[in-house]
Amino acid sequence: MTQSKKNVEEVNIIIDEVFLDKSIKKHGNFLIPILQDIQESYRYLPEEYLIKVAEKLQIPLINVYGVATFYQSFGLVPKGEHIITVCLGTACYIRGGTNMVDVLTKELNIKPGETTKDKKFTLETVHCLGCCAISPVMVIDDKIYGNLTRAKLRKILNRFRENEEKLK
Amino acid sequence: MPKIKIDGIEFDCPEYWTILDAAKFIGINIPTLCYHEGLSTWGGCRLCIVEIGKDINTKLVSSCTFPVQEGLYIRTASKKVIKARKMILELLIAQNPTAKVLQDLASKIGLNKIRFKPKWENCIYCGLCIRMCEEQMMAKAIGFVNRGNKLKITTPFDKNSEDCRRCGGCIYICPACTIRCEGSHPESVLCNGCYNILQPTCLDVHDNYSCWMGLEGECGICVTTSTNQKINEKKEI
Ligand code: SF4
Ligand code: SF4
Ligand code: SF4
Ligand code: FES
Ligand code: FES
Repeated sequence: MTQSKKNVEEVNIIIDEVFLDKSIKKHGNFLIPILQDIQESYRYLPEEYLIKVAEKLQIPLINVYGVATFYQSFGLVPKGEHIITVCLGTACYIRGGTNMVDVLTKELNIKPGETTKDKKFTLETVHCLGCCAISPVMVIDDKIYGNLTRAKLRKILNRFRENEEKLK
Repeated sequence: MPKIKIDGIEFDCPEYWTILDAAKFIGINIPTLCYHEGLSTWGGCRLCIVEIGKDINTKLVSSCTFPVQEGLYIRTASKKVIKARKMILELLIAQNPTAKVLQDLASKIGLNKIRFKPKWENCIYCGLCIRMCEEQMMAKAIGFVNRGNKLKITTPFDKNSEDCRRCGGCIYICPACTIRCEGSHPESVLCNGCYNILQPTCLDVHDNYSCWMGLEGECGICVTTSTNQKINEKKEI
């Protein structure tokens, strides 16, 4: 997945018609991949876009809205730059997935489903990622981190933060 | 034309029929909730279940969606069906105890306890309003949003919808937004104000309701004196 992050303006999103048309052309009128494209570039699904998509694909807005609210990977409010997904499936749960959530909740000061104030991190939970052998597992921006411990988790998080500092 | 047997009655019916169509045709009453003649079938409420198959190879299926097949053996009021149907209704009532439609059904099929914590919601997710809006009003203004325990029915972004024609069709068809009449205990989850007390006793003895008038639990004629006595005893206490 290529990450071409655009500036997130919360008010008055200007619809990038070229981007949208391209996406529609690429995916041939299939709703979910188009929504995925929007989610990827804006980190959420702006209302204006959903209305535009419904218009362009000529489907009722409620269908677009229904799909947008059904899947966990879509959000109607902006998500953070880095999405941390902790697995709480059976295997990960038994091997301490909840501890990982605890650490993250404390470190980032957010609960699962929330985003930090500086819009850097969003914390989410899932039920099984399909790699139970290396449980407990978490995913940050499509990269999988397995066999986690509290210390390891803190290290990973700090690395992310240092990178941020460097970029500044 | 497949030949089927419903509650002991054998006849041929067109292959595009569902079990529910066939039952209606010969006058057997199957309770339904999310089914409506003018709308597509959805099979969401499961209230219309019937038992198909013989002996131990039986299965419960929703009659409003199950197409008839050659040699299908159907029982609409067997012990298994009644037990499952009561459970389904129990769950529905726990979700929304204020609906008259549900309370009346409870009285009809003899449900007299709710073991679940009432939620006092005002929707049972039958989806009738959505189908009404889409198929009869051609508006498609409302739909299911979210999923799991956050599922709800609403307009896009919870705002007034431009697609809505303010026809009121969705309210007209909703079984949940009816107010139950105030029975003797308006506060309780189950009102049972009317005719719940007289239930036929066939099921105590047989595997099916064997009402020769096809009234399945509505007549009360065959209620034995012993049940009546029990009720009278209760009343006296
Ligand atoms: S009132 Fe609006 S939402 Fe309801 S059925 Fe009519 S068009 Fe649909
Ligand atoms: S609002 Fe009424 S008609 Fe619509 S799904 Fe809920 S109970 Fe059914
Ligand atoms: S009192 Fe009778 S009619 Fe009224 S809600 Fe109860 S069962 Fe239905
Ligand atoms: S339970 Fe976490 S990966 Fe399967
Ligand atoms: S009426 Fe058949 S499932 Fe609801």
